[in-house]
Amino acid sequence: MGLEDKLPSGFLLTTVEGMVGQMQARSVWPATFGLACCAIEMMAVGTPDYDIARFGMERFAATPRQADLMIVAGRVSQKMAPVVRQVYDQMPNPKWVLSMGVCASSGGMFNNYAIVQGVDHIVPVDIYLPGCPPRPQMLLNALLSLHDSIRETKFGVDRVEAARKAEAAALSATPTHEMKGLLA
Amino acid sequence: MTSPDTPQSPTDDLPVEQTDAAAAPGEPVVVARKQGMFGSSSGGDTSGYGGLQRDILFPGESARPYGGYFDEIADVLEQATGEAFTEGVRVVIDRDEMTLHVEREHLLTIVRALRDEPALRFELCLGVNGVHYPQLTGAELHAVNNFQSITHGGRRIRVEVACPDEDPHVPSIVEIYPANDWHERETWDMFGIIFDGHPALTRILMPDDWPGHPQRKDYPLGGIPVEYKGATIPAPDTRRSYS
Amino acid sequence: MATQTHEDLYGDGEDLGPVFTASGGDWDQIAADAATLGEERIVVNMGPQHPSTHGVLRLILELDGETVREARTGIGYLHTGIEKNMEFRTWTQGTTFCTRMDYLMPLFNEAAFCLAVEKLLGITDQIPQRANDIRVLMMELNRIGSHLICMGTGGMELGATTVMTIGFRERERILRFFEAVTGLRMNHAYIRPGGVAQDVPTEALDALEAELPDLRRGIRDLENLLLENPVFKGRTVDVGTLDLTGCMALGVTGPVLRSTGLPMDLRKVTPYCGYETYDFNVVTRDSADAYGRACIRIEEMWESLKIAEQAIARLRESVGEPVMVADKKIAWPAQLSVGADGQGNSLDHIRNIMGESMEALIHHFKLVTEGFRVPPGQAYVGIESPKGELGVHAVSDGGTRPFRAHFRDPSFHNLQAASVMAEGGLVADVIVAVASIDPVMGGVDR
Repeated sequence: MGLEDKLPSGFLLTTVEGMVGQMQARSVWPATFGLACCAIEMMAVGTPDYDIARFGMERFAATPRQADLMIVAGRVSQKMAPVVRQVYDQMPNPKWVLSMGVCASSGGMFNNYAIVQGVDHIVPVDIYLPGCPPRPQMLLNALLSLHDSIRETKFGVDRVEAARKAEAAALSATPTHEMKGLLA
Repeated sequence: MTSPDTPQSPTDDLPVEQTDAAAAPGEPVVVARKQGMFGSSSGGDTSGYGGLQRDILFPGESARPYGGYFDEIADVLEQATGEAFTEGVRVVIDRDEMTLHVEREHLLTIVRALRDEPALRFELCLGVNGVHYPQLTGAELHAVNNFQSITHGGRRIRVEVACPDEDPHVPSIVEIYPANDWHERETWDMFGIIFDGHPALTRILMPDDWPGHPQRKDYPLGGIPVEYKGATIPAPDTRRSYS
Repeated sequence: MATQTHEDLYGDGEDLGPVFTASGGDWDQIAADAATLGEERIVVNMGPQHPSTHGVLRLILELDGETVREARTGIGYLHTGIEKNMEFRTWTQGTTFCTRMDYLMPLFNEAAFCLAVEKLLGITDQIPQRANDIRVLMMELNRIGSHLICMGTGGMELGATTVMTIGFRERERILRFFEAVTGLRMNHAYIRPGGVAQDVPTEALDALEAELPDLRRGIRDLENLLLENPVFKGRTVDVGTLDLTGCMALGVTGPVLRSTGLPMDLRKVTPYCGYETYDFNVVTRDSADAYGRACIRIEEMWESLKIAEQAIARLRESVGEPVMVADKKIAWPAQLSVGADGQGNSLDHIRNIMGESMEALIHHFKLVTEGFRVPPGQAYVGIESPKGELGVHAVSDGGTRPFRAHFRDPSFHNLQAASVMAEGGLVADVIVAVASIDPVMGGVDR
């Protein structure tokens, strides 16, 4: 007779995968990394009005070594791009990137010589958040969506399988240049 | 026909054979010449007015009295610098602002007087800014300094120096106004104007190894076409312009 | 792992001694290695990604122990090419771009640009009184917001999180009003050449007046928390000093200049937008240090509240008056209204141009797509932003787009003083000195 018989049924019965996902999603530490206007809204999320602490994220890590989420908040200039990449490289795995605002996502209105047209040219992005700048509520929403996907992250063999599946889905999807939208 | 800022068709630009200082007193200065009537730069002009030429006129040298405190400034400057003012400066009063178009060899004399003369006392240098007039042959690049006086209740004056594209040298005024340090670096970075005598004229905004000077009119904006679900939107600098 | 080489990746090949590359977590090893060299002076690169350098500012410090011997500033990490972008948009669209320069004072950027365009157009005197009052109200509230962020982030950089949460909490009150008026929290593009984009709704004024007592209490909280706080005073008194001579030589303006005792405020010296008709004081201190600048910022918030109240009273009296210049060749043709599917062009306007008047349609189309033309020439306008003199030098070639629009950003100019303030002090005081300048890199790099 073991300990599990004394507990209400199902309490301990979960997978390691689900448990790890739950723990990772509940303790995401963002890197203190602000670039432009969006950084101010990112800071606003840390204040009592929006209170990012509700989601276990108030601990903004001053060093990338202790962070696992990089919020690219603002326009990334050509001069800043190597720095952004270095910060990303210094973060330990597993790590996620949130591209906050249109400038980080696609260059936005600054379609010119100085700005990298989307931070996904330098680092892999997990979630894009539109807006110029996005409201704090929008950032919270993006973070919750990211938490969901972190919680669902597969582990071990399952992860390899999930990656294969995602790759197959991406290969069979319609390329953006063939999407016609309302022009069809 | 084409605006001077569309790099696609530079041959359409008509060079204006006229330097800044060569304009007769009172005559407006032609800084550019445009063709066509409606300003559209692309597509055929079917209106029949495509051959029209339009001069872009900047205000020319003003005649005395200038009005306001401008006369006093001119008098004191003339007394303090003598020949440098009478020969090297063209005074333009426009929109209640005084602009001194200074020959570059007289710049330091004039600027020093602006700072040191008790009746002038322009303590604050508000920085230098470049302007590129690609059609103004012989004076393509302009360095525009703004000054402000605190002693004399917020008086402002603008000192403009022109230099040709082939010889983009302008004396640095950092030894007189240290505040101009970063601004001159920025103007070198953005326009390629070399400020002789600047202690460390290096790039400031762009990366150190960046080729070219982005704010010049012959430097393209560098935008890329944006594709969204089958529709492509051209970069801003390649769209139709009405300028 | 820390590595020690003689190769300086960022140098020009000259051997200047051993170079350590830190990758975090290996400081003990680096310190031990550096100790064996018997060399006290080391060069530390701080930023552009550092939590207490106010965004992407890079400081290169030569340290002798804890003392800063030389400080150099590296900027440009947020260069966005906004000025160049503006040359490819109409004059009205220019406000959309310039508002994103110094993102903590968007309304000042817009106002300065619009004043320059209006000067070029020669319509400065034709701006309706109500538009000017709205501009003053928005700018003064924006000044409070900017100072709150300055105090908040400055406090956070000193390690005081409460200062930051109070600052942001109070700023939210102002942002709620901005959102009610402009539809956006930041980057408004609200002030337009000729006036403002739309009228201030009376309900928004009511809500603002209801918030003002709380805002007052919040600023009082901040004041009580900071100004007599021994830790704060210990960190800021006599730190980051720059006397009047230094300010003059480096062209420093704003609170830094006023902390030397010189009452230089463009709202008084060269009034614009009708500031000469408002009753307020120019705040000065004569300590010329970071503490004096903090005091100035807090007291300026009180002065701004004073101006804002006067502006609210005037707006209450002028309800219904125009907020855009009467010249139809310049004024934006459409008014926005809120419909069933959100905010958009007023349905009455659309009915008029689509169904009733072809001339109105042509006029709308020409003005919106092509824009108005501005007579050739150049103009410079300076306004008193929260950080100092914000100047705009605009050049027109007679076209529908700016030929050149240059922003003389106060942060760019004032940041030159950072090295002067930091040299000879302790490395921790560098943070205080930079925070007391209140540079915003979006404005510095543009």
